[in-house]
Amino acid sequence: MLKIQSIRKTFNPDTVNEVRALQGVDLTIEPGAFVVVLGMNGSGKSTLLNAVAGTFLVDEGTIHIAGTNVTRWPEHRRAKLIGRVFQNPFSGTAPGMSIAENFALATHRGKPRGLGWALSRNLLNPLRDRIASLKMGLENRLDNAIGSLSGGQRQALTLLMATWLKPDLLLLDEHTAALDPKSADQVIALTNEVINRDKLTTLMVTHSMQQAVSLGERIIMMDRGRVLHDLQGPDKKRLHPQDLIDRFDQIRRREQLDESAAAMLRATYI
Amino acid sequence: MTLLLGALTIGLILSLLALGVMISFRIFKMPDITTDGSITLGASIAAILLVQGVDPWAATAAGALGGMLAGAITGILHTKFKINALLAGILVMTALYSVNLHVMGRSNIPLMQARTLTSHAEEFGGKLIGAKSLNVYGWPVTASDAALLVFALMAAAVMGGILYMFFRTQIGTAMRATGDNPQMIRALGGNVEGYVIMGLALSNGLVALSGALLAQYQGFADAQMGIGMIVWGLASVIIGEALTGGRSLGLTIIGAIMGSILFRLLVAIALRWGLNPNDLKLITALFVFAALVLPGLINKIKRKTTNSHQ
Repeated sequence: MLKIQSIRKTFNPDTVNEVRALQGVDLTIEPGAFVVVLGMNGSGKSTLLNAVAGTFLVDEGTIHIAGTNVTRWPEHRRAKLIGRVFQNPFSGTAPGMSIAENFALATHRGKPRGLGWALSRNLLNPLRDRIASLKMGLENRLDNAIGSLSGGQRQALTLLMATWLKPDLLLLDEHTAALDPKSADQVIALTNEVINRDKLTTLMVTHSMQQAVSLGERIIMMDRGRVLHDLQGPDKKRLHPQDLIDRFDQIRRREQLDESAAAMLRATYI
Repeated sequence: MTLLLGALTIGLILSLLALGVMISFRIFKMPDITTDGSITLGASIAAILLVQGVDPWAATAAGALGGMLAGAITGILHTKFKINALLAGILVMTALYSVNLHVMGRSNIPLMQARTLTSHAEEFGGKLIGAKSLNVYGWPVTASDAALLVFALMAAAVMGGILYMFFRTQIGTAMRATGDNPQMIRALGGNVEGYVIMGLALSNGLVALSGALLAQYQGFADAQMGIGMIVWGLASVIIGEALTGGRSLGLTIIGAIMGSILFRLLVAIALRWGLNPNDLKLITALFVFAALVLPGLINKIKRKTTNSHQ
């Protein structure tokens, strides 16, 4: 469903702020797979997600979604294939507009928008039912501005909006990181429910080892813009949070070694 | 009475300007100075066509189209060439000053002899009412003044209604979301750049329409008539929000129209009381400054007083 071939991205090339964010990433995800991406800050995991979403165009390599080469497509065109939930709960909804209007926009994700009414009875009835199933009491507040809701509520609604039309690929970028633990649990439960029901192909970035172990069927660990580990099948099933933490410690130790080695070399030779 | 009717009529004509400013300032959340140039552009195009004997409806529509083009150019400078929105507006406004002089061929075109929408409305009103003047609660009102007021009222009501409906369509809703949260609408497949260009075209089309009507009402188009009109529009929108107290789409639209009328009335009264017309722009600017700053200041004072009570 998603096929990434040796993509590279360097921000601010040839300046002091040069960041080699992606250094040749290859990744193929089968239809219906739920893949979790882990990595330390600056490892390139969010950059990978943004590269797929089209926030920027990659310098090298190709990206195929559902058999279509989208490497040169702008972000809004890729939206036809991709549903997204952002880390910031304020990013995925228009705060000044009502819940119903936000969903009216989501029902036209990637479709041409015309002069028909945005809100219709055909939308409002199923919408009320779906939102009632969240059990957040929002079904009677469809006309309220979304900006008046809590972060957890907004993130749950964003997830529903992103999957209202079944996306070929669902991108979740640490979508519970900014929530309190209780809201985060609710949103994760909803995520699981939606993904299982619609068999969505999903790429999820997270910081939470617990989520990484309990969710999905495959874990990608990234480091310095590359895929370092790719755990799936029985390896993934046997995994404990402690195993992941150990692997992170390995990375950290190696990085420290690199730094101390560099310092030593500098002291000796320069 | 003539003074009052005149103020109301101009207020209604300028409410189209206020609606245009509402689109750029409130819906897209960018102050678009193109307004100052496009109101004159609308007036210039309409005026030059009118003196050549073109049908007044066609001349007015041509003026509005010119404004749409100017707005689209500002939008393209901002989105495709990544120029700051304010600067893009300044560039187009400055360029329009020369364009307007070229369109008119001189700096002022009188329309006293030309057949305009104003003269149409006056004749139509004269026929409909049958008398030269009529009595409103004891005040004599000339038929032509009454007809012009009704015509301006209809123009404002029709455009306000069209805007209200447009911004509730699929594409209109997407345009509102563009101003509210561009990242969100982009993730839902909305072409943010395209919406901004279309929105600024729509905004400046309304502004130019207002200019075309204003030129016909006051009987001339002038290269200087656009100076400070953006501030006038902002004042109307802000007064309107204070009047209706709402941020919903319908209330904002009604508010912009009401704000424009009220503001024009206040100006007429102030001038009547002996305000120097030269001070008008200064006072308008001071007014908008106060309207922008006061709400935050009042909140701050309120918070301080409640804190000190605790």
